[in-house]
Amino acid sequence: MALTKEQVLHVAKLARLALSDDEIEKFQRQLSVILDHAEKVMALADDGVPATAHALPLSNVFREDVAEPCLPQDKALSTAPESEQGRFKVPRIMEDPT
Amino acid sequence: MNYEAVIGLECHVELNTESKMFCGCPTTFGGEPNTRTCPVCLGEPGSLPVPNRRAVESTMMIGLALGCRVAPHSLFHRKNYFYPDMPKNYQISQYDLPLCIGGRLDVEVAGTKTTVGITRVHLEEDTGKSLHIGTTGRISEAKYSLVDYNRAGIPLVEVVSEPDIRSAAEAQRYVAELRSILEALGVSDVRMEEGSMRCDANISMREPGGEFGTKVEIKNLNSIRSVGRALTFEIERQRKALEAGQALLQETRHFDESSGVTKTLRSKEEAFDYRYFPEPDLLPISATADWVSALESSLPELPQARRARLAAEHGLSVEQAHAVGASVASTGYFEGTVAAGANGRDAAVWMAGELGRALNNAGVGIQDARVSPAQLADLIRLVGAETVNLNTAKRVFQMAFESGDDPGVIIGREGMAQVSDEGALATAIAAVVASNATEVERFRAGEEKVFGFLVGQVMRETKGKANPALVNDLLRKVLTTGGA
Repeated sequence: MALTKEQVLHVAKLARLALSDDEIEKFQRQLSVILDHAEKVMALADDGVPATAHALPLSNVFREDVAEPCLPQDKALSTAPESEQGRFKVPRIMEDPT
Repeated sequence: MNYEAVIGLECHVELNTESKMFCGCPTTFGGEPNTRTCPVCLGEPGSLPVPNRRAVESTMMIGLALGCRVAPHSLFHRKNYFYPDMPKNYQISQYDLPLCIGGRLDVEVAGTKTTVGITRVHLEEDTGKSLHIGTTGRISEAKYSLVDYNRAGIPLVEVVSEPDIRSAAEAQRYVAELRSILEALGVSDVRMEEGSMRCDANISMREPGGEFGTKVEIKNLNSIRSVGRALTFEIERQRKALEAGQALLQETRHFDESSGVTKTLRSKEEAFDYRYFPEPDLLPISATADWVSALESSLPELPQARRARLAAEHGLSVEQAHAVGASVASTGYFEGTVAAGANGRDAAVWMAGELGRALNNAGVGIQDARVSPAQLADLIRLVGAETVNLNTAKRVFQMAFESGDDPGVIIGREGMAQVSDEGALATAIAAVVASNATEVERFRAGEEKVFGFLVGQVMRETKGKANPALVNDLLRKVLTTGGA
């Protein structure tokens, strides 16, 4: 299943990535290969094959309930494009009235 | 047309674990913004979540207490949405394989019992807190928002009921009972005012037994009282619209505390479906039979059983058992008072009366009461021994509640002991008879109701300390024999 240039640009926009023309073409190819692989797997799946979400036959991996040190505030905010009053600053949440 | 309300509740409960759901950040309330975060709960690339064992077990215990089946196989899913209260753009939640399914919760309103089905109990992570910056502070008028992720990632349990609730009163009772169960389990602080428990309500109207009507969701009800107010308003709003022949919209509404009305809420997140998919960073949970039965046998006494036991052991009425057994702390106080020698019914009366009033006025919980169970038992004993009369005892209680002093000490210091000395009472009665000649005449002329007034005067003369039964006898003797 070949992805269109527009689909790649849409995914890039959701991921907030700016792609060059070369990269668009590269990801078009790479993402298509992944989807092709998924199609092959889907062709094999039938009611006799239980759905799994993991490749490993493992379950019940937990951590004990123990508090550990946190990041200082400035460090926590350091990857944010903008911050204010010790908080992450984000664009307005509600859509504009239509 | 007669419409009935069809209500289902989704209650979110923050668990009281030490650390967050998928990382080691502490869960303590308050604190400077963004000081309880780490790469995992900030969703930094390359970080990996690991579930908190105690949170998983607490969720299973909630399910077991509600009569649910713990699913042998369950899974975490990603719930994707474009709203900045989670830094990852998704919330780790559960979807089609929750930890617990199919339970029940019995609620009783005005003597009528209803069984509310529990659809599921699942585990997810709480979101961050947003501050909306603009002229009004309302999200709809904000220029931008500021987010604090201290709360993001705190384990949050969602308890979903079947649409079996038919009135605002039943909904309130359901939330109160759920809160009481969670308190008994010790898995949450259940402080609604601090947001550790909050509810969403789904409500529609239908003709009794008919098809379901259009469903409206009311978001974020933060107290048992709000649940009642919002549903009462919404039932009326929908009934009026239907009676006027108007169609209802399937929508999400917000309850405004100050005006007591529900209002349409629109936000971007609703425009998207959540595109749930299994969380690839987390492994499935397999609840083995051994694990589940170990949890089941560790369940404490639950509120329904507790109330039944209190009623049976101490001869309490249903109402008294409800009041006394309202919480673990309240039950402990009651049992402490009884252990210190008080009769159960006396203790229940004092707790529902004077103690309840004093706690309400002071705005504190029973665990912070300044009259200890032993002190209350002592006061009850002093009333029984006729050291003080009941009215004085209530004043003594109030003073003890304010000072923390022992009732016996207060009675001695303030000279509040009951006067049962006949000589002293005779003097007081003589004084009252002398200064109320008109009333005495009216009584002797057969006007019985004046007697109560005269008793009151004698009580006043003795500053409320007289033994009322003795005053009654002596006064009647004096009035009927004519002597003074």
